[in-house]
Amino acid sequence: MTNCEFIFKIRFLHGRSARSIMFPLGIYPYLVGGLIIGVGVAFVYVLTGLHATQSSFFSTTISYFSRIPYFQRKTYLESRDWRLFFAVGVILGAMIYAVTISPDGFWTTSVQWWRLLVGGFLVGFGTRLSSGCTSGHGISGLASLSTTSLYAVVTFIVVGVITANVMQLMGVAP
Amino acid sequence: MNSRNVVLFVGGLVFGFGLAYGGMSKPEIVLSFLQLRDYGLLLLMGAAMATTFVAINIVPRFVEKPVLGGEFKPRTRTFNRNTIVGAVIFGVGWGMSGQCPGSALASLGTGNLPVLFGIAAMFVGAYVMGRFFG
Repeated sequence: MTNCEFIFKIRFLHGRSARSIMFPLGIYPYLVGGLIIGVGVAFVYVLTGLHATQSSFFSTTISYFSRIPYFQRKTYLESRDWRLFFAVGVILGAMIYAVTISPDGFWTTSVQWWRLLVGGFLVGFGTRLSSGCTSGHGISGLASLSTTSLYAVVTFIVVGVITANVMQLMGVAP
Repeated sequence: MNSRNVVLFVGGLVFGFGLAYGGMSKPEIVLSFLQLRDYGLLLLMGAAMATTFVAINIVPRFVEKPVLGGEFKPRTRTFNRNTIVGAVIFGVGWGMSGQCPGSALASLGTGNLPVLFGIAAMFVGAYVMGRFFG
């Protein structure tokens, strides 16, 4: 069965469009959200030339407390203040959304704490080893046409998809 | 407080608002992409990337340098084994928990206190990486 036939069957035999199957929550929250994120990054870049990315924030913030040479490197000491301001902005920006136009208001995840904990450790370790995360490699790196970032993005998406599906098969929900 | 930090703070507000607006503050929605039930995350990433692309590649043709000084320089990183090994480890953590660094911070802002487990663990992960593998 070709792709066209598949979409045809879904559309006409099941009464649902292919779009509503691929994007059950619609496409506009994602497109508008992505546009707003991009405006934030672009605003910072045009005014300062800095790449507003996320994962370095953990290492640069550790540099306030740790004397280990790795964390005391020049680039961390120079960027730790603005990275902290950026991170606090991200937290408060999301809070503004929650208390203004969000249909949910404040909200709590149902993902188990042990997944947040173990997953968080791997995210912190892996993004620093890879020198980038979904924003560093995924937004700023790809927008800079960096092939390093392209390899990283393809890798973490493929591995993320495999991991999430394996967890689901093992009966872990959501 | 210097003007650069103010710009980063305001940029962060916009960034965090956009993340939450696009649903990324919910690990459930990130997981729905990774479980291939909702491809919206790719739209969000594409829209963010396209807007950033304009700032990095088009704006510098018309504006010589950043408004507050400094220089325009695309974000490049040297490719090596760590790029891939790190991305694999990150992918496992992402697929397990539905969190990445930015989305976890935004999630905290939307009142999701359990994500503090994740954020604390990210600090530990970044520390262990720098301490033993840096």
